[in-house]
This record gives sequence, structure tokens and C-alpha cells, in this order.
Amino acid sequence: MDNIAIELRGIDKSFGPVHANKNINLKVRKGTIHGIIGENGAGKSTLMSILYGFYQADSGEIVVDGRPVSIRDPNAAISAGIGMVHQHFMLVENFTVLENVMLGAEDSQILNKGIAKARQELKRLEKEYALEVNPDALIEELPVGLQQRVEILKALYRKADILILDEPTGVLTPAEADHLFRILGQLKAQGKTIILITHKLREIMAITDEVSVMRRGEMVATRTTGETSVEELAELMVGRRVLLRVQKGEGTPGDVKLSVQGLTVKDSRGVTMVDDVSFDVRAGEIVGIAGVAGNGQSELLEAIAGIRKATSGTVLLNGESVDVTGHRDPAALRARGLAHVPEDRHHVGLVLKFEESENAILGYHNDPRYLNGVFLDIDAIRKDAEEKIAKYDIRPPNARLKTANFSGGNQQKIVLAREMERGPDVLIIGQPTRGVDVGAIEFIHKRIIEMRDQGKAVLLVSVELDEIRALSDRILVMFAGRVVGERSPDATEGELGLLMAGVEGRKEAAE
Amino acid sequence: MSTPYAKLPGWVEYGLVPLINLAVAFIVAGLVVLLVGENPFEAAYHLINGAFGRGEYIGFTLYYATTFIFTGLAVAVAFHCGLFNIGGEGQAYVGGIGVALACLWLDQTMPWYVVFPIAIVGSAFFGALWAFLPGWLQAKRGSHIVITTIMFNFIASSLMVYLLTRVLKPLGSMAPQTRTFAEGGQLPKLDWLLSVFGLNIGTAPFNISFLLALVAAFAVWVLIWRTKLGYEMRTMGHSASAARYAGIRESRITVIAMMISGGLAGMMALNPIMGEQFRMQLDFVQGAGFVGIAVALMGRSHPGGIIPAAILFGVLYQGGAEIAFEMPSISRDMIVIIQGLVILFAGALENMFRPAITRVFAMRGQRAAAVVQTKGA
Repeated sequence: MDNIAIELRGIDKSFGPVHANKNINLKVRKGTIHGIIGENGAGKSTLMSILYGFYQADSGEIVVDGRPVSIRDPNAAISAGIGMVHQHFMLVENFTVLENVMLGAEDSQILNKGIAKARQELKRLEKEYALEVNPDALIEELPVGLQQRVEILKALYRKADILILDEPTGVLTPAEADHLFRILGQLKAQGKTIILITHKLREIMAITDEVSVMRRGEMVATRTTGETSVEELAELMVGRRVLLRVQKGEGTPGDVKLSVQGLTVKDSRGVTMVDDVSFDVRAGEIVGIAGVAGNGQSELLEAIAGIRKATSGTVLLNGESVDVTGHRDPAALRARGLAHVPEDRHHVGLVLKFEESENAILGYHNDPRYLNGVFLDIDAIRKDAEEKIAKYDIRPPNARLKTANFSGGNQQKIVLAREMERGPDVLIIGQPTRGVDVGAIEFIHKRIIEMRDQGKAVLLVSVELDEIRALSDRILVMFAGRVVGERSPDATEGELGLLMAGVEGRKEAAE
Repeated sequence: MSTPYAKLPGWVEYGLVPLINLAVAFIVAGLVVLLVGENPFEAAYHLINGAFGRGEYIGFTLYYATTFIFTGLAVAVAFHCGLFNIGGEGQAYVGGIGVALACLWLDQTMPWYVVFPIAIVGSAFFGALWAFLPGWLQAKRGSHIVITTIMFNFIASSLMVYLLTRVLKPLGSMAPQTRTFAEGGQLPKLDWLLSVFGLNIGTAPFNISFLLALVAAFAVWVLIWRTKLGYEMRTMGHSASAARYAGIRESRITVIAMMISGGLAGMMALNPIMGEQFRMQLDFVQGAGFVGIAVALMGRSHPGGIIPAAILFGVLYQGGAEIAFEMPSISRDMIVIIQGLVILFAGALENMFRPAITRVFAMRGQRAAAVVQTKGA
């Protein structure tokens, strides 16, 4: 059994009544890339947290290189040769790359010697694994793809032989993701073992050697990647057949519900984020805004939703004008039929410390249905939450559970249920499926199309081009704060990609 | 990480963990007593006996606890809204004006049960007024509430010196205090409550404002968890960006939360002024506003935790005074050290023993599971 890098035997873990991992057995062969997929809440993150020492398993055994090890904290994991690249990076923003890499492994109280050694070691690692990054660059000045590279370097610097990557491509552009896969291939070639946690089936097929599927806390199957298919994996994950691309009929656009004219937004430093943007969204159509993250889509959404002040321009909601440059009042916009699913559900769309039922009324807490005079009508609120939980299949179905304890997909469903069940005239949605798994994506996409078919005007912003193309009736592409082109959803990925990169758009503007 | 957090059973979370913290605080305090060459067990005896040994002592303990419940609630209410109000001291002090004015106006003509409600409103009004300005400055000008409230403590102190030496002092008196109130300005003692338990209240000033404190604690619970205002406050306290998204008017809620907080702090003045001294003296708050911070911290800003925490500090005050009296080499300052240790271990180092305790319970759970399995086999 020499070629097994890490083995889990009968790992079991419960959090109160939630049985997160049930008797998990897993063997990862040395020098391979092993994918672990599963829906949100299937127990992937719990399993990896046990492997990395954040949690202790209730029972079971971890065997590294044939030796049973006890991993009580991340330090023990590191000394067992396990390194982890988290979904949300654990980097000190205002430190340099070098400082981040050596943080916690400084060797001595006096830094000078350590720095010299670390610099040398970093050089070696860069060369060996083709992981170029300037050691003196500040983290906050690096693009996300390079920040991730620093995380990988951190793990290698600590002599990790087994690398765990948790949803590594969630924050990357397609090009950056491709680059990451090349790096992983390189690492594999050097004999490292890689465990890749993801919900993106395409990545699994593209890069892994073997893949294990988790469902509801159990390890339901392990396949050799070459001998399986996307369809089989999706079915294993969800436990039933899933549609990877939702069916969508022709839309029947009606009156203009949302009209944006010459909207310009500057940030607090006076930098123009949204530059003279105009478009209409009609009842019964989905308008998608494509673009690489950071090209003004977020600011555009916030300005329309009433969270951010615009510098100039007009917005008409149901034909009536909205004060976008003066006092912003999201509550009034809600009352006028605008619903908003924000891009950042953790900090904006939800209060993670609230019970589920409390989040189910966020923003609608002035509704008399939830109130008895100045008092909250707790029974009505919980009943309402339970109805939404049932309708949107939010798991676990517990309206009193703290929101932080729901998985990403279920948290997103909490937001969607709240915003959609109101029957708004206009629905604006940012990143509807960020950090959400296949089964939930299908559900969310269906809901969005249902909203359109009910005659709602939907404005969709997403950095996932596939999503924009699958859902939109019209696609607007944003680059550097401007709408640089409008295309039909039949446009090719390459065509849209050029627009998103600003190449095509400049030519169009010049003509 | 999208997985639930390791959770301890309720009785461990809210019972055992605080008890262990408290025990460690007392052990370290005992070492300090040992250092000054006194017997820590004797000190412990005087602490416990001084706080609970007689009906009279219990009366004093609960009298202090009453004060701390008010100031603890004040800190907690602001804290739920994400505001750290450390101006309870000044708000309580200024709140005294409301009590004093009500008493000076009506004490000779009206019975206490007419004066009391007016004094409640007056104390809450003046306390709220003193918190309104920092709240307003925070909401409209972004002046940090911690800075402004602590500065307002000093302004309150100077203001009260002025009032008690120039305005509210009876002509010809040399003491910086109001005249002593007639019967209408004196709250009835809760001797009947203690006698239910067969205790004699003696000279302890344990009075009806204790019941008001309990009512206030319940009202705060209702406010925070059962009203729309409380919901908006908690939303703001947890996430300002979510509050903005929800259309909650931050500046309005900030000012209201601060005024409620200040009102609660102000009501603290009822206890010493109408319940014990029957006049308003210079510096009658005696640091209770700051103790309120520790009480709220220990009680996790929940009324159900604030009441026991306030009683604990009542014990430390009353029992501590007894130690200082019985053991002259332990000065009043030593008692402050012990109180500081309690705050340190129960508040600031609250999570010190948690990982170990969690591990113990994880192991216990594992063993229990193993037992079940073998039985099953």
C-alpha cells in the first residue's frame, strides 16, 4: 500500500443533530489529483476541516503515508505534510508576498536571517514549480490569481506533500483558472498529491485522475475520471438526474419596467465606476450584464438598488422616476416593486448571526404581516419562513437555525426566497450562483426563468459567462464602467470574451 | 467554511464555562491575598459571609445589584446596535437631576407612589438627553461614540459640581448636596420580600427600585428580541452593510438606541437617591457606570445574563467592603483588584478555557458513542 498518500478510515462527525460525515472512507493515491465533489452541505468542507485539524472527528482514523496520525490542529496537519489553500485566502493584505509566506514559520525571533533563508527557498520553489511571483509585491496590489499562487507557495514552503484546494477557481477568471490547472499539473508531475474540492464538474473532468462523490454526509462513489462522465457525476451528487442547462422558452417582452438613462457613479475617491450607462429592461425579459469582475457592474447594481448614490443620470421604475442622486431609500424602492439579490450575501444580503427566520424578513420587516404594532409577530415570521423553506427546499429545514450554519447554496436560497416571493415587478440579481453547487444552480436558474415567464423584468449581473448566456434574453457587456456592446445570447463565447476584454468595444466606439 | 460550528450543550455554555472562569479568577485573587500575607480562605469567608451571611448583608448585596442591572442593561442595549456606550457613568449622574427635581418638587405634598413614576420619567429623560448628543454626533458627524461618551462623563461631572454647589444646594448649607427629601421622596424598602425568606433587612437600603430593575430587564429583552426597533438595532449591530441594504435608517436608529441606553443608565440614579440617601450628593454614581460595562460583558448583553452578573458584582461590592473591614491589611483597593480579576477572566479571557472544555466534551461524546456501538453489537 505504498502508493497511498492519505487514507481516511471510518471518519464520523456530528454537530448536534446534524450528521455531517457518516463513516467516510477515502484513499488518495500518491502523485495524483483527486477530486471531491458534492452539493453544498454534503460534508466536503467538514471532511477537509477534519483533515486540516479545524475539527476533530468523533471517530475514525487518518493515515498519512501508512502511519496513523492524530491531527488536533492545523500545526499537526502541517507537520504531517498537509497544506491547505482556502476558498477565502488567509493572507495579510498589507504584507509582501515574502512576509506572508514566512508568517508563522519565521524560524527565529530575529527576522533578518529568516528573511534571507525564506527568499532563497521561495526562489527555489518558484523555479521548481513555475510559480513566478514577485516576493516584494504587496498582497493587496496583486490580482486574485497571483494571491492564490501565494497561498500555494505558503503550503509548499511548509513542505506540504498533500495539497488541499477548496473551491480554488471560485474567484478566478477563466484564463486564471487555466493557469492554475497548469500549475497543479506541474505539482503533480513533481510528485505532490492534490485534493481538489469543487462543485464544478467541468474542472473535475479536465484535471483530476480520480474523483470521489459525497452526498448528504456520505461518500457515495469513487470513480476514475477517465471512465466517468459529467452526467454520471451530476446524478451521483444529487441522487437524481439533473439538467445541466435549464430549458428556456422564448420570452415575451412587454412594457419597459426599469429604465436607466445616462447613469454615472463615482466612488468616494472620485474615480468613475459607472460611466454614462443607459439601458431598458422590459417586463418578461432577462437582461444579462457580462463583464470581468470590477468593471462597474457591482456599482451599477447598487446604484439602481438604492444603496449607493449616483453622480448623475436618471432611473425610471415602472415609469416613475427614482431619486438616484439624492437621499437613497432602499425601503421605498422595495415598496415600489424592486427586489434586489445582492452580490455579497454574507455581508449585505444576510445577517449571518441571525436565525433563518429573521433573515427571511430582512428589508421587509416593515410589512404589517410581520408586525403587531411595534412588536414582531414571531409566529407569523416563523410560519412565513417555514413556507419559504419548504418551497425553496432550504436545508436543513429549520427556521430557527443560525444563518451562518447553512451552506452557501442554502444561504443563497434564503435570499432568493425572500426577494422572489414578494412578486416584485423588477428583480435585480447579482451573482446568483456564486459558491453554489450544481443541484442548487439548476433550481435557482429555473426560478429566475420562472420570474421572467411571470412577466417580471429581470436584470442579471454575473461573472459566469455560461450563466449569462444560459439565462439572458439580451446581453450587455460592461468594460471599464461603460456598456461596450449588446449581443444576443447566441453570440459566441469568443465574441463576448473580446468585448469583456475591451478589445472589440473600442473598435465599435471608434467606428 | 460552510459547516456548523462545534457547539457545547447549553448548561456547559452558560453554566460551566462562566463558573470555571469565575473559579480561576478567585484562585488568582486568592494568590494575591496570599501575597500580602493574609489567609485567602479567611478572605473568601468574609466575602461570602459579608454578602450572604445575614438578611441585612443580602439586602446590601441586592441594593448594589440593582444599580448594576440598570447600568449593565444600558451598555447592553447600545452594544446590540454596535455602539460601545462607555458614558453610562455620566448618563447616570445627569439622570440624577431628573430624580432630584421630581423629589424636590413633590416630596412634601405627594406620596412616594406619585413621586416615583415622575422620578422614573425624569431620570430616564435626563439620562437620554445626555446620551442624545453623543448619539447625534455619531450619526450626523461620525464622531466616534467611545470618544464622545467618555468626554461627556467629564462634562457631566463638572456640570453636577456646578449644580450641587450653586443651584440645588440649600442656602446656608456647606455640603454639596440637595436638601434631604421628605417622605414622598423616599422609596419603600423591600423588607417584606426578604421576610418571605425569613430574613431581616436591618439597615440595608434594598428598595423597590430593584423590582423596577427586573421590569427594565424584561422590557429590554422584549425590545431587543421582540420589537421591530430591536430587530433594526440588531441588524445594524451585526452588519452595517446589511442594514443599509435593508433600508434601515442608521442615523435615526443610532440616536434612538443611544437615548434608550442613556435612559436606562439614568434610571440607575433612582436607587441611591430615592432608595438610600434621600438626597442627591456629589459623585453618587461611584463608578457604577463603568461596572455596567463589565456586567454587560459578563452577561453577554442578555438580560438573563446581566441579572446574575449584576448580583455577582453586588457580592463583590458588599462582601468586598466586609473584607476590607474585617481584614485591615486588605484595603479597598485590593477589592478593586479582585473585581478586576473577575472582569479579566470572565470577560476578556472568556474563551481561554473553551477549547479544552470543548475537547473534553468531544471525547466524552465519542466514548458515549462507542458504548452505544458495543451495546449494539
